[in-house]
Amino acid sequence: MNAPAATITLNLRIWRQATPDAAGAFAAYRLEQVSTDLSLLEALDHLNGQLIAAGKRPVGFEHDCREGICGSCGFLVNGQAHGPQAATTVCQLYLRQFEDGATLVLEPFRARAFPLLQDLSVDRSAFDRLLMAGGYCSVNTGSAPAANAILIGRDQATSAFDTASCIGCGACVASCRNASASLFVAAKLAHLGQLPQGQPERARRNEALQQQMATEGFGSCSNQLECEAVCPKQISADWISWMRREGWR
Amino acid sequence: MMTTTRLDPCLPAGPLDSAWQRTCEGLPLISPANKRRLRVLVVGTGLAGSSAAATLAEQGYRVQVLTYHDSPRRAHSVAAQGGINAARNYAGDGDSVERLFRDTVRGGDFRAREAGCHRLAEISGAIIDQCVAQGVPFAREYGGLLAQRNFGGALVSRTFYARGQTGQQLLYGAVQALLRQVEAGRVELFTRREMLELITVDGVARGVVCRHRLSGELETFLADAVVLATGGYANVFHLSTNAVQSNASAIWRAHCRGALFANPCFTQIHPTCIPSGDGDQSKLTLMSESLRNDGRLWLPLQPGDQRDPKTIPEAERDYFLERQYPTYGNMVPRDVASRRARELCLAGHGVGPGGRSVYLDLAEAIARDGQEAIESRYGNLLEMYARISGEDPTSTPMRIYPAPHYTMGGLWVDYHLMSTIAGLFVLGEANFSEHGANRLGASALMQGLADGYFIAPATITAWLAGQPLPAVNANHPACREARAAAAARIAALLVPAGTGTASPGTVAGGAGRRPVEAYHRELGQLMIEACGISRQGERLQRALLELADMRGRCDAELRVSDHGTPNNPELEKALRLQDFLGLAELMLRDALAREESCGAHFREEHQSADGEARRDDEHFAHIAAWEHRPGAEPVRHSEPLTYTAIPFSQRNYR
Repeated sequence: MNAPAATITLNLRIWRQATPDAAGAFAAYRLEQVSTDLSLLEALDHLNGQLIAAGKRPVGFEHDCREGICGSCGFLVNGQAHGPQAATTVCQLYLRQFEDGATLVLEPFRARAFPLLQDLSVDRSAFDRLLMAGGYCSVNTGSAPAANAILIGRDQATSAFDTASCIGCGACVASCRNASASLFVAAKLAHLGQLPQGQPERARRNEALQQQMATEGFGSCSNQLECEAVCPKQISADWISWMRREGWR
Repeated sequence: MMTTTRLDPCLPAGPLDSAWQRTCEGLPLISPANKRRLRVLVVGTGLAGSSAAATLAEQGYRVQVLTYHDSPRRAHSVAAQGGINAARNYAGDGDSVERLFRDTVRGGDFRAREAGCHRLAEISGAIIDQCVAQGVPFAREYGGLLAQRNFGGALVSRTFYARGQTGQQLLYGAVQALLRQVEAGRVELFTRREMLELITVDGVARGVVCRHRLSGELETFLADAVVLATGGYANVFHLSTNAVQSNASAIWRAHCRGALFANPCFTQIHPTCIPSGDGDQSKLTLMSESLRNDGRLWLPLQPGDQRDPKTIPEAERDYFLERQYPTYGNMVPRDVASRRARELCLAGHGVGPGGRSVYLDLAEAIARDGQEAIESRYGNLLEMYARISGEDPTSTPMRIYPAPHYTMGGLWVDYHLMSTIAGLFVLGEANFSEHGANRLGASALMQGLADGYFIAPATITAWLAGQPLPAVNANHPACREARAAAAARIAALLVPAGTGTASPGTVAGGAGRRPVEAYHRELGQLMIEACGISRQGERLQRALLELADMRGRCDAELRVSDHGTPNNPELEKALRLQDFLGLAELMLRDALAREESCGAHFREEHQSADGEARRDDEHFAHIAAWEHRPGAEPVRHSEPLTYTAIPFSQRNYR
């Protein structure tokens, strides 16, 4: 049980771009003998410590909770959003998933609706504007009926929860060849559309979010299902089909 | 050093029952036309901030909301796992407002205000109604009714939950309500803004100075009332269950401008977290307390026993909480569980690397209910554990260890949630309010939402109704002074990149600097050792000296390279660290001054023969509220606590 932690050496190729307007390029770094008990973000912390100590600008990347729930982190690892492990955000991707001596290419999510800010960071505020368009139930504080007044079946509640668990990381957009936000939008529509509380605004919500999706510059769904494959919360692309049917209701 | 002072908590008169309702009915109102002219500034978008901002906007105020995140949805409330308490007695196990009230007072070890705890219990049910109406997908029974589960420190099932992601779902409900108001034009949302200074005009809070995290610019936001809902300060320990960016700067800056800081040493160390390992580890991850419903904590009876846990026979295992606390067993409150785990690890029974963990074993529950049932109850938690540890918790006992998790202390507020600075309201974990010396599980979400949805909107209205405030613009001397103070702090930290050679704080032989992280790690080690689960007078005294030395070194050495890019995460870390250093000193002083053991504050000098905390109600049944004095030692004020409904009693979970 008390075996010393294994270590690993990694070759990193990281997209470096100081500002949104600057030219970007890959830069190569080597991490020697880092513990496999570190997450990939902790390995980047380690690298940044070395860069700071050498007087160089650290690698910029978004992160916060480091437990896979805030949705802040996200970039491509060898072309895959959040890297090779299924159902895992990049902050929960541990180095034990990689071979000693592996090369990891880290680059930012690329989508017109997600302008690049710096290095591995992009601006995902388009997601908030999608929700603003109608991703809510219009109830003011204090006016709610008693919680148990409306029964909701267990399966229905579970299914609504599954879609509500989207963390807004943007991996679905980054993995889509059309940079579509269909899975993000479908998840929100399905979360509220499956619950009795979401019914009054259901049709209007669908229309408003679809329209906002186009306004933000997200593309259309191309049925490649890459979004489902990279979603850290494993939200099913079936909900995109469900969303299509919403338009015909 | 201690003074009893004019701290007026503005408590309601008369019986506790329905005191909040009576208070509300007596509060002045403002006409809709006048509300449109009044501005409220809300800092922070967690449960308390988002819910307050949305509700204030619904009521007609012009609201501005600031968050240092890229989106309000990232606030750390999102990570709360287990659930939210409410006195609804849907489970039919005898729960009531009265019982939730009593559990909260007792759980807080008689160091919270009776009236505040009662109000919380009174409001709790309406929170669930509100969240359900927003579409929060709480767990349900097959018949369609809301499900509840049991949590530590309670004998009833009053915790509502959404799998292990309750905080996420409640936050999304509040954030969606907030975004609805942004769309309606009643809220202006400013993301990536970090508060650096509070602006007070004639002693009244009127705005804040922020740094835009992308452009680096300092901005001034002004309002008729300021709300801080900026969370807790557990990251003073460096490694905690908080998000990496969670910080104390907003409340610390307000403290330095005159807001008293209450009970800073009341910090909760959560018993069930994934232990630390590598030196580069950046955080400790919580495993929800709800796991203690089904998981049994144990250690090998034999010290130093490092056999594979599955090969250790029942007779050689010590289910230490069940042994020591037959009534509550594994469901004792957090402080008790943490202390017992630490003691046994120090006595050599600990398992895993460095002997710094205990087993949380689901085997019996899996044998009883089946693996599928356990996985559906805790699914995402078990997956998270497997990802982080590389071990399967359904076949190998989980290894857990206590970690700093929540801070009961915070800015002092009165019954109206207003700090000692007029017009400055403090909500959620950022204030010190209802958890006393120890917070019960699933009570943080309840308090954050009670503050935001129900209490602050009523009391802020009352404040604004009574105050004809003079107009202030960004050129007011107070604004210019606050901006200059923030600019000066930044200027003192930044040095041109590559010019570090031969100055203190540089790395040998290079042009670089020692990363801020290294200083923060050092501070964390000092604080967890001297002011963590267990505290002792002489050690605290020594820690004060060590901290003074560290602060001196930071003043001299701590600098950040300016690479010419306007955003600078290293600068943000340095600014936050400076504030943590100040707060750390206050925590040590508070822990030293409180010569008793109560709740999460355990002073080794004050314990009974069987190792239980010994409270001193004669001398310490009060809230300690610290006043900042620039260049001098802080002053400890106190607000006495009196109990009319519940007589003082020792907590007894045996």
